[in-house]
Amino acid sequence: MKHSYYTYIIFMALVTYLIRVLPLTLLRKPITNRFFRSFLYYVPYVTLAVMTFPAILTSTSSLLYGGAAFIVGIILAWFSGNLFVVEVGCCVVVLLMNTLIH
Amino acid sequence: MGQNGRSISPGDEIYEAKNPFFRGMRDAIPIGLGYFAVSFSLGIAAGNVGYTTFQGFLLSLLNVSSSGEYAGIVLSAEQAGFIELALMICVANARYLLMSFALSQRFSPSSTLFHRLTIGFGLTDELFGLGIASKGWLDPVYMYGAFFGSIPLWALGTAFGVYAGNVLPVILSEALNVAIFGMFLAIIIPPGKKDPVVLGAVIVSFLLSLLASVLPLTASISSGTRTLILTIIIASAVALLFPLKDEPAQEIRTETTEES
Repeated sequence: MKHSYYTYIIFMALVTYLIRVLPLTLLRKPITNRFFRSFLYYVPYVTLAVMTFPAILTSTSSLLYGGAAFIVGIILAWFSGNLFVVEVGCCVVVLLMNTLIH
Repeated sequence: MGQNGRSISPGDEIYEAKNPFFRGMRDAIPIGLGYFAVSFSLGIAAGNVGYTTFQGFLLSLLNVSSSGEYAGIVLSAEQAGFIELALMICVANARYLLMSFALSQRFSPSSTLFHRLTIGFGLTDELFGLGIASKGWLDPVYMYGAFFGSIPLWALGTAFGVYAGNVLPVILSEALNVAIFGMFLAIIIPPGKKDPVVLGAVIVSFLLSLLASVLPLTASISSGTRTLILTIIIASAVALLFPLKDEPAQEIRTETTEES
């Protein structure tokens, strides 16, 4: 059976809400477990890295364009750190390569 | 305010507004404008897998989280099971647990359960930052103003992104496909400059993710499940090898860290 995107949206929203609201309501004591605190600290970096690569390669019509966007994105993020610079930079690379190579 | 005959520009007036709702809104509008641009790229990703403009709007209005929404988009496109989706959302949004714990300490003991239930809804990295930065006990009305000044823009940005992806020429919408990844890189790379463990974790994650997508054994698993398993394994390993020092709650600011 195929689920509608609406079902997914509502379900996601419920899970996200529970994560945000449980510590404010039921579990008011801070997390003291050192492993769990460390795990929560590293999770965002790891999960975003895993979601970015190699998915960026297949998000464009050629692995080459996505690969170039990945490298330029890392360089811009390292040296500028500004979110818009990185975002726009990645898009411009793909646009340029698409225009030049065709 | 103004008794000494000093002329007050409209900006001043808002600045000195006693009404905490308007103060919250004023403080959050720069955040909202940043949100619009970021959630636009989420809209591009959602549109690519067939979300309608309204579904994009609803997704962002109800979830208000970039990495969680993106993970959800990927998994829903794969028609993933709901247990898997719940686990993935927990992992992608795990840091909100920490923020929620931290903000919980700022609620006045006399605050009502209603305020806790409603403020939990809009706890993003940036709005958490506003709440923590405000002095004294958290003023719920200030937070509601902040939500009102930013969350609608977040939802509209996604709707607009879905729409743009549908109407722009292919060459432009293809270029916009990488915007979301650019945003993720801007979140994970700069902290790696200061913290070599984070940098190492990011590089290992890139490599293992690539490996898992080509090895026959793991390549057949859906990409959502791979993300979930890899995240849990890598983050646990790093946490075991390099646990944080025992300091009081370390704050994390990751998602959409543009300056406001």
